[in-house]
Amino acid sequence: MNKTTEKVRQTLAKRYRSEKRFRAFGIASITLGLLALVILFTDIIGKGHSAFIEHRVTLEVSFDADVLQISDVNDADQVTYGNYIAAIRAAMSEQFPEVQNRSERKQLNGLISSSAEFELRDMLRADHSLLGQSRTVSLQLDDAADLFFKASPGKRDGVRVTDLQKSWLLTLEERDLVTSGFNQSLFTRGDSREPEQAGMLGAILGSLFTMMVTLVLSFPIGVAAAIYLEEFAPKNKFTDFIEVNINNLAAVPSIIFGLLGVSIFIGLFGMPRSIPLVGGIVLTLMTLPTIIISSRAAIKAVPPSIRQAAMGLGASNMQVVLHHVLPLALPGMLTGAIIGMAQALGETAPLLMIGMVAFIVELPAGPVDPATVLPVQIFLWAGSPEQAFVALTSAAIMVLLAFLITMNTIAVLLRKRLERRW
Amino acid sequence: MDIAQPLDKIPASSSEPAAGKAINVKEGVDQDTPVPAKPVGNPFVDDPKMKLRDVEVFYGDEQAIHGISLDIGKNEVLSMIGPSGCGKSTFLRCLNRMNDTIDICRVKGSLHLEDQDLYDPKLDVVELRARVGMVFQKPNPFPKSIYDNVAYGPRIHGLANRRSDLDEIVETSLQKAGLWKEVKDRLHSPGTGLSGGQQQRLCIARTIAVSPEVILMDEPCSALDPIATAKIEELIAELSENFTIAIVTHSMQQAARVSNRTAYFHLGKLVEVNDTEKVFTNPDHKLTEAYITGRFG
Repeated sequence: MNKTTEKVRQTLAKRYRSEKRFRAFGIASITLGLLALVILFTDIIGKGHSAFIEHRVTLEVSFDADVLQISDVNDADQVTYGNYIAAIRAAMSEQFPEVQNRSERKQLNGLISSSAEFELRDMLRADHSLLGQSRTVSLQLDDAADLFFKASPGKRDGVRVTDLQKSWLLTLEERDLVTSGFNQSLFTRGDSREPEQAGMLGAILGSLFTMMVTLVLSFPIGVAAAIYLEEFAPKNKFTDFIEVNINNLAAVPSIIFGLLGVSIFIGLFGMPRSIPLVGGIVLTLMTLPTIIISSRAAIKAVPPSIRQAAMGLGASNMQVVLHHVLPLALPGMLTGAIIGMAQALGETAPLLMIGMVAFIVELPAGPVDPATVLPVQIFLWAGSPEQAFVALTSAAIMVLLAFLITMNTIAVLLRKRLERRW
Repeated sequence: MDIAQPLDKIPASSSEPAAGKAINVKEGVDQDTPVPAKPVGNPFVDDPKMKLRDVEVFYGDEQAIHGISLDIGKNEVLSMIGPSGCGKSTFLRCLNRMNDTIDICRVKGSLHLEDQDLYDPKLDVVELRARVGMVFQKPNPFPKSIYDNVAYGPRIHGLANRRSDLDEIVETSLQKAGLWKEVKDRLHSPGTGLSGGQQQRLCIARTIAVSPEVILMDEPCSALDPIATAKIEELIAELSENFTIAIVTHSMQQAARVSNRTAYFHLGKLVEVNDTEKVFTNPDHKLTEAYITGRFG
């Protein structure tokens, strides 16, 4: 046997062993990562799925004019300030006539959500002929009662309801008056102190307006800056300095941008607090470096031969950029922009600084209305003491993740779609 | 942009004596043999299309071209040959100011296209490049349709006002480039889908669509197979009826086949310019002789 062959054979086993080790290490890393993801998702979905369901109780409510204290149904004020709570209480004591004691009645009425009276008011507003009649109405339950029904029978003891309330709820369940369904208020309402009434539409709209401002500002500015730096800027110390600082900007902790927003936009320019416009501008500052850096990479990736071909035909600098470089670099730029936007969507710290952490019930109608955003809503709910907010927090995380995954998918699809080969 | 010449393959013909005539190879000639102060042969012609005098090119502190003076005659094909790194591509790129894109590149000397000073600060380089077109080493069609590739030049220069005019320009250009028959049924399919040789002819069609006066070709066949190369060479011969062509090539056979005059470059200097036949059969300078007989490549 040749000496080289001998040597090769000796080392071969060792080489394969090290390759195997390396592979095993890689697989272990990936498994670990996936496991973490699975645990995270199971935990979030396990906690959050119940927030998408709510329980209602079906009661026979009589819209009695005397009880509601409405003499003229066409008087809007009277309809607005009618005593609907009394009607609900009457309906409840119809179910449980034995309850007479004042404190017991208070406990009984506490089972119905305070939103129920507004539901009745809206019904009467929509249909004036209801006055004096009675209707079967399904009313929202209080969060504790809702949790009681959501809990599996074994775990119902952990829910914070009194023994009396527990027996009433079981009676209602036996009478088949409790129905469960999709929790619409989660997606149709703003924030609330009452978990059963709290929704994230306000936060979703706030995020939407903030993202709109961010996109409108950061994409054109980022792309223009990238094109200028790549194609037109003279290569000298000053542009080197700018380049270094753009990279530095990408590494600045996001809360610093929040401080900047407070002192410049709110302090100096006197813009209002808590509005998506300021949030969007602050996030623009944060997203810009990402977009500039990825756009420059995309421009650099355009083959020089294309540039030369266009220049050789007598295209001006601007024409080379607009006709050839930009279309070829656009998929990369868009991907960068979407990833930057996804980052901005999940950003919390700078928005806390500019006051987008306020408790806002009203739905924002535009970028200058006070609003909060999804991650901040998660932060707010996570800090709320009521038990039901645990599920709501996880539900909001699920919605935020769904948005992020959608955006990343769009980024991948766009890139695949627009990518051209040469 | 490649500043240095790529380390290209040694020409296939380099080991055989060119043009069939045995040449008496002088011993002791190598890369370091001194280059004559003035080029031998006839660098100048009457009534030239391009008149280039004392051209010097620097990349930063490094001088790539040392005082080259040369004429390119009307409707002639001038080929430039020489070992890798001898500056022939750099020189070619001065002729339509493609070197402008390299920041550290400086060009000195007097370069004229007819009466127009190429480096006149008042001259717009866009106008110059419309008059002096260029075909590159690697086929580089735009990732657009065949039609749009050819129509791009006329469009940016506003050469055709109506769609029918543009159609006509595209058709004639493709016909002149010998590509019309092959692509007329798929004008709107991407130009990048053609074969290498077809792509290069598309690039030539794209260049002549602007009706330039001079066409510069920088090793146009080095990325092509022999059959595609033969087609391009045929095309060059046809084009020389209407255009002035300057071609840089590594293949001495190609230079011998397509050009009227040949210039031999060595280490950034011009050694010899003569009629092609003379260069390949009876060169005036020993360096030229050493190169064409394959002593160095």
